[in-house]
Amino acid sequence: MSEAARPLVTTRPDDTGIAARIEGSAIGDSVYRWMITAFALCIPILLLFIALEVGAAAWPALKVFGLGFLTSSDWDPPHNIFGAAPAIYGTIVSSVIALLIATPLALGVAIFLSEFAPSWLRQPVAFLVDLLAAIPSVVYGLWGIFVLQPLLRDHVMPFLSSVPLIGQSALFEGPAYGPSMLSAGLILAIMVLPFTSAVSREVLLAVPRSQREAALALGATKWEMIADAVVPYARSGIIGGIILGLGRALGETMAVTMLIGNVHKISASLFAPGYTMASLIANEFAEATGDLHLSALMAVGAVLFVVTLIVNGLARWLVWRVSREAQS
Amino acid sequence: MTDVSPPRRPTSPPKPPGRPARPSGMQRAAAERTRTTIRRRRVVNVIMVGVTFGAAILATLPLIFILGHLLAAGASLINWDFFTQIPKPPGEAGGGMANGMVGTLVLILAASAFGLPIGIGAGLYLAENRGTHLANAVRFLSDVLNGLPSIVVGIFAWQFLVKPMGKFTALAGGVALGAMMIPLVTRTTEEMIRIVPVSLREAALALGYSRWRTSLVVVLRTALPGIVTGALVAVSRIAGETAPLLFTVLGNQFWSVSLREPIAALPLQIFNFAISPYDQQHALAWAGALVLIGIVLIISLAARFATRSRFGRGGD
Amino acid sequence: MATEPPRAPRPTATVAPPAAPGAERIRLESTALCAFFGSVEAVRDVSIAFRDREVTAIIGPSGCGKSTLLRCLNRMHETVPKARVTGAVSLDGQDIYARGINAIEVRRHVGMVFQRPTPFPTMSIRDNVAAGLRILGRDAPARAETDHIVEDALKRTALWDEVSTRLKDSAVGLSGGQQQRLCIARALATRPAVLLLDEPTASLDPISTQKVEELVYELRRDMTVVIVTHNMQQAARVSDRTAFMLTGELVEFAATNALFTTPSDSRTESYITGRFG
Repeated sequence: MSEAARPLVTTRPDDTGIAARIEGSAIGDSVYRWMITAFALCIPILLLFIALEVGAAAWPALKVFGLGFLTSSDWDPPHNIFGAAPAIYGTIVSSVIALLIATPLALGVAIFLSEFAPSWLRQPVAFLVDLLAAIPSVVYGLWGIFVLQPLLRDHVMPFLSSVPLIGQSALFEGPAYGPSMLSAGLILAIMVLPFTSAVSREVLLAVPRSQREAALALGATKWEMIADAVVPYARSGIIGGIILGLGRALGETMAVTMLIGNVHKISASLFAPGYTMASLIANEFAEATGDLHLSALMAVGAVLFVVTLIVNGLARWLVWRVSREAQS
Repeated sequence: MTDVSPPRRPTSPPKPPGRPARPSGMQRAAAERTRTTIRRRRVVNVIMVGVTFGAAILATLPLIFILGHLLAAGASLINWDFFTQIPKPPGEAGGGMANGMVGTLVLILAASAFGLPIGIGAGLYLAENRGTHLANAVRFLSDVLNGLPSIVVGIFAWQFLVKPMGKFTALAGGVALGAMMIPLVTRTTEEMIRIVPVSLREAALALGYSRWRTSLVVVLRTALPGIVTGALVAVSRIAGETAPLLFTVLGNQFWSVSLREPIAALPLQIFNFAISPYDQQHALAWAGALVLIGIVLIISLAARFATRSRFGRGGD
Repeated sequence: MATEPPRAPRPTATVAPPAAPGAERIRLESTALCAFFGSVEAVRDVSIAFRDREVTAIIGPSGCGKSTLLRCLNRMHETVPKARVTGAVSLDGQDIYARGINAIEVRRHVGMVFQRPTPFPTMSIRDNVAAGLRILGRDAPARAETDHIVEDALKRTALWDEVSTRLKDSAVGLSGGQQQRLCIARALATRPAVLLLDEPTASLDPISTQKVEELVYELRRDMTVVIVTHNMQQAARVSDRTAFMLTGELVEFAATNALFTTPSDSRTESYITGRFG
């Protein structure tokens, strides 16, 4: 016979006597919860402050020049005329050069590491490539000034000029003194490479085995499996990695400042010096003449802020989309 | 010999003949063509292995060149003086970058004081409130903060701290660098806390631990080695940052550890020496870069080694 | 027709034979207890009483709600998001779900040991056992007394001889069976009135299992023990009373011997003869 519920038995004097007191720990729990929430909220608040402060610093110049600020090439501090077009142009060109050089290399490394490399080689090589990301920008600039630039000036640029047909084009005209869009683009390529490579490696490794096995079962060679099955599957993520690299290239300051020549000019030639948004701000800040000059620099910073937000947002969304697909 | 096979079902593959037939001329030619195609495809495969391997070599070359040149150009200047003296005026021999190294240390401490509590606290929040809208928003915004160019953070610190205070200070630099530490520390903290098994939490709760005690004394303590590693990685990243410092600390030619004054910093000194016209300062810049990279690499290596031995499996 | 399940020989400990059912007072009891995960009802209207100095086993197929029931007894169920409990559970006459009762207080008097051993990895063996004492705040015992309690708990779980020379070592270095006995010692150190064990030998080897079963059998000397197990033979070996649960309901609750030899409900009979589960 199953036992039904029995009436409560009265307690004896030596019982545990559960006390009904509210422990201080209940307060402790609330305090703890509020504290970590407050810390977490610091992040959105900090971002808000950054946006507000940069905007506030940029406002005076933007008010004066309006959208023409982005298209004008006149930069004349004594007469308080400022136009950021050369800097914007330079940012785009140097980043494009960096991407053109870095992307194939990064993809090649990623494919090698995720598909071809024997496991004992994978870790050390990946480590070395990732180490590139740990080198500070200023060290890249230092090496760029004293090693890369002389190399370019003395050997590579003359060689490029001597290549038949394209060597005479506008792309390579002008004296090769050293500081140039080319050297800035090249150093950016080296700096961007590890990021694109790391993201690409991750998304390639995340491609499910079933995709690879399906290709191999059809008789594909390993390379055909990679080119026809794996890479297309990981396409969004790889593009995300490329755009991530772009985001980093856009904001790089020190190495570019040291290599690009810091001249407000738009030239077609890769040998010519120029400016990027980040290097403009870094270079002219210390000797800015007057409040409008300062504000103009801050306005360039605001443009950089917005552009980086958009580019990074796009990159993250693409990588996120790949990870969602891989999970389903 | 006739082959008496049972009626074929639609789904089964056709049965091979009982005896291989003699290949006809046409069949032999087709086989030859296929063999050539296969051979070509195999060659392409090998070429691509070589190409990607070449890419890997090419990608590691800059690293080797840079490190090599740093050693060659900077090692000779590394001596006791380098670590103990401040820079001498250009033209005078000797001097060191000691004030820069001390300054960088001060900046790291200031940045950690600002960035670590926020990062660890936010990481705890994200780990314990997964899936809520606020947590997802904070995580997303942390990534946004991570992607900001360091120069923009510097501009923010200038507008927010330097301008109102009227002068360049180590404090402003610390805040800028600390802001850059936050996303890294948050992410590692969240991951490390999530790795702690739920059963450990339950064991503590079942013993009568309150929630806050469980989180801090049991879970956080268990995850602490990983969190410390993450903090070190964040430190190694900001130790080499120069751009924010241009707008906040200005640099200082003399000894200074005060938070309310401009302060020297190693990356800033490297930059100034690199663009100066004096060879002797160039040499100092190389030595300084060598020291800076040494610090960054040692921390990165230590962090990688620590996480690998902890989980027993290499990444990638 | 019920057949007698094979029984391991009972350990020859000098323990007073269990009193006739109903002799000891009730220490822990649930009344019309229902437990939910969101809208899913895992425990349906269960009323059951656990007596002092008795070991009660709860058996049933996977998913029958026995672990959930156990976790309601020390208010652990509510730590899961979207968990809900209705009904009452009283400890020595006091409803632990009453307004104003803090779950933490309850858990200090009702200890729990889980399926997998969970020593705190950052604490030494000694500190692990003493972990429940440290949080008593002002009532925490002094160091000397803590050492005494730790030694006592380790002796009861037959670990003392194995670890007395390395109390300061990390608890993670112990074997699985030792770790589980450590967790039991940790639970015993706070001198709970009731000890709940959720499939404590599920992840242990046979020798460790036997040691834990002997321990459980001994613990009845001075506390109430409730053990959830999916192993019927284990229930038969160590318990005085057994409850059989099925899809959240309490089907039958009787003296162990009676339940296994002459079950009154046909579902119980089907389960113990192996027709399902």
